[in-house]
Amino acid sequence: MSKRRPYVRPMGGWWKKNPFFVEYMVHEGTALFVAAYAVTLLVGLVRLGQGEAAWNGWLEAMKSPLSIVFHLVLLVAIAYHAITWFKLFPLTMPPMVVNGKRLEPNVVVGGGWTAAVVVALGLLAVVWRIAQ
Amino acid sequence: MSTMKVRKRSNAPIFWGLFGAGGMLAALFGPMLVFITGIAVPLALLLPADTMSYPKMLAFAQNFIGKAFIFAIIALFMWHAAHRIYHSLHEIGIHAGMFAKLLCYGSALVCTVISAVVLLGLGF
Repeated sequence: MSKRRPYVRPMGGWWKKNPFFVEYMVHEGTALFVAAYAVTLLVGLVRLGQGEAAWNGWLEAMKSPLSIVFHLVLLVAIAYHAITWFKLFPLTMPPMVVNGKRLEPNVVVGGGWTAAVVVALGLLAVVWRIAQ
Repeated sequence: MSTMKVRKRSNAPIFWGLFGAGGMLAALFGPMLVFITGIAVPLALLLPADTMSYPKMLAFAQNFIGKAFIFAIIALFMWHAAHRIYHSLHEIGIHAGMFAKLLCYGSALVCTVISAVVLLGLGF
């Protein structure tokens, strides 16, 4: 075996050198929080299927300070996902054409953010209505 | 004689579609759902204290629309996350081989099956 030790450029932490890549890694990282929330809901669903006592146990667990802090972190991460999801639309979606004119990127992004706020408030209103 | 090769159809669009659908649902519903289930209801803010009581949640999970909503949220969030994590492994220096693929998409599949089984078990 050769004793040569060719220089290999280290790649560790490559994304920390450029704010664009830092943003990219953070928005990719939101997937971990989306998965964590889905698993939290799945555990709740399984407990619901096991009956009233099990469901109430899950509800109690959701009230623990640790759970509240965990959900505040989830809220920030998933809100960041929502913001970047629409912010990248001009890059990830095919151009949207209205009346033969291509929509400006800021119109597409702004439309997405508006839709997200409207849907979120609509969801809160529906839940509030069902809960009465 | 045709020289065209029969090419295997890629399964990538399926995973990409699930990723996109889940990402869209997470962007539209995710933050408010986290707020409702994880903050507002546990702390009794804004919404009635019994918003997620057993009878109400059972009725929601037995309603066809409620069932579909719960299933879509859990399953598509998982497929979205699985796809994104799988494709980010390379960025942190992990070779995304078959094992990583099975682990990522396998977790999503397991969660999908469990939620479907529980939801169907709750009846209509």
